[in-house]
Amino acid sequence: MITMVQLPAAVPSTADTGAVAPRSYLAEVRTRFWHNRAGMIAVSALVLLAMAALVAPLLSPYDPLIGNATRRLLPIGSTGHLLGTDEQGRDMLTRLLYGGRLSLLTGMLPVIVSTVIGTVIGSTAGYLSGPIGAVLMRTMDMLYAFPAIMLAIAISASLGPGVTNSVLAISMVFIAPISRVAEAATRRVIVLEYIEAARLSGASTACILRSQVLPNIFNPIFVYASSLIGLSIVIASGLSFLGMGARPPVPEWGFMLNSLRGTIYVQPWVAALPGFLIFATSMSCNMMSDALRDALDIKDA
Amino acid sequence: MTMPTGHSQAANALTPPGTGGRSASSGVTPSPETRTQSHVLLRVDGLRKRFSVRTGLYSKAYVSAVDNVSFTVEAGTTLGIVGETGCGKSTTARLILGLIEPDAGTVAFEGVDVQTLTGLRRRTLRRNMQMIFQDPYSALNPRMSIGESIAFPLRVHGYSKAEQRERMEILLHQVGLHRHHASYYPHQMSGGQRQRVNIARALALEPRLVIADEAVSALDKSVQAQVLNLLTDLQERLQLTYIFISHDLNVVQYMSDRVLVMYLGQIVEHCTPEALYAAPLHPYTQVLLASIPDVNPDQPPAAPLEGELPSPLSPPSGCRFRTRCAAAMPICAAERPPMIQERPGHFVMCHLYGPSAPAGRGEGCIPIPHN
Repeated sequence: MITMVQLPAAVPSTADTGAVAPRSYLAEVRTRFWHNRAGMIAVSALVLLAMAALVAPLLSPYDPLIGNATRRLLPIGSTGHLLGTDEQGRDMLTRLLYGGRLSLLTGMLPVIVSTVIGTVIGSTAGYLSGPIGAVLMRTMDMLYAFPAIMLAIAISASLGPGVTNSVLAISMVFIAPISRVAEAATRRVIVLEYIEAARLSGASTACILRSQVLPNIFNPIFVYASSLIGLSIVIASGLSFLGMGARPPVPEWGFMLNSLRGTIYVQPWVAALPGFLIFATSMSCNMMSDALRDALDIKDA
Repeated sequence: MTMPTGHSQAANALTPPGTGGRSASSGVTPSPETRTQSHVLLRVDGLRKRFSVRTGLYSKAYVSAVDNVSFTVEAGTTLGIVGETGCGKSTTARLILGLIEPDAGTVAFEGVDVQTLTGLRRRTLRRNMQMIFQDPYSALNPRMSIGESIAFPLRVHGYSKAEQRERMEILLHQVGLHRHHASYYPHQMSGGQRQRVNIARALALEPRLVIADEAVSALDKSVQAQVLNLLTDLQERLQLTYIFISHDLNVVQYMSDRVLVMYLGQIVEHCTPEALYAAPLHPYTQVLLASIPDVNPDQPPAAPLEGELPSPLSPPSGCRFRTRCAAAMPICAAERPPMIQERPGHFVMCHLYGPSAPAGRGEGCIPIPHN
């Protein structure tokens, strides 16, 4: 350890003495987010949905998998079945609550996985910017060339049906756009002088990426990723609608929408319920993402 | 001292004899012996850097940003570098610090060639050279508090949390900030305060050489004076060696013991600031000095320098200044002038002086307006 020389102090000070420490960046962001009404409504809706899905057994006396053949396709508001029953006589409210578990999971998980991987790939490519960066980004461009839903279907079909595989497929679809956002943000940051200052202090590339680059590219990535949650739920629902995601009889919004398709002329409102929840969730995610962007965007001067 | 062989001839010719003015008067710690012994801290020799520029799909052109730059800096002194925007001042600084690799030439710190070192030894040597950046806004990480920014170099070098904290508070105090400022974020501070933070961070690792690249250019005049005084004060206290880069001649004169004048990547004149003001030799320096606005309104404005700065993509043959020089001669286009010592300690790269000088030397030069 290098011994530190005690430096002589006292230079004519221009500092305003007794200065009070101002609020930190995060505290400011939190306040701004709290004051955004649309954002708060969206977050409340998402929390409510997640909580309801989590405590589904407490809220509903029915089994989501076992129906009553004598009470099929009851309308909304029937006694004992608040939201009616499906074509097999299973309680819709119960199935929607339980279905939320899978649907929210398949919405969140791919976004989290792809954000981690995409940020690592994108920031590395942006920082190195030589042949390694070029190879990384051109590979991402190849993934980018396919429409998201088509790519998800292709990957999912080759991996085989199942929730795990559909989560994997959607994650792979999202890696390309997220790494591109990360790369662009990294390129903007690395030309700034504080990166040079960090290099002068002898920090390694990994250390600079972690401590100097990452905190400064996090905002755009975070905002973009949160807007993908809605899309992720829609794609996951689409995959299970096509029979490539969750397998019956496990409830999942996308698959429920598919199986109730045939009853649209009998009970249109019941058949539309899973679709409404998919819409509400993805809408809330987008609103939350907008609010986040506004809250994080504090001007630096 | 171990010297890289090969370039030593040219470098010796450039070694400024004796120590210049201001630092000798600083009455603090170092013994008179160390002062009078001219101790070369940094030796830059034949430094070259070209940047490639894409001009078409397959064609490339090269910008010669720094061309054959050699100089030495003695411990405890300040070397000023002046020149127009784009003359290679900042590139020179980044080459010295190893932020970019030179195409040719050596940078020797305490006689050790920086490029020959690798890994930990290079890192240890590098902590002796730090930089104060031009833009106080982009030089600080907006997501790090001031304290974190100053302590970051210490963190990298493995100091404990307590040591980091202690040293950071000392540094804040040294640059005239309150220790409460540690929890501020850059956007909550003024430009002058940020530049103080910038200086504190550069000093965190106790460097011996500090390069200030246009350190005060972005600040108000009054704040400039404060920061310049802080820098000279710190130099005396910590026995720092500065390379002070600026386009502002007055600032450089105030700070420096020796001055380099650069034009299109080359050093054209090298002398003390007093000599530069009293009797500039190179026609470019003369024009540069004449362009400083006078406080006397009756003084007619100086004749402006004619023509644009030539493209560094294709610098003029021979002397690079000849396209704008009032005293240009046929030899200027044919031959690159050598760096010669015209007066003791006063070096100039111009055909008007030395063996190739015409009979009526200096004729046609713009008359010196000072005194």
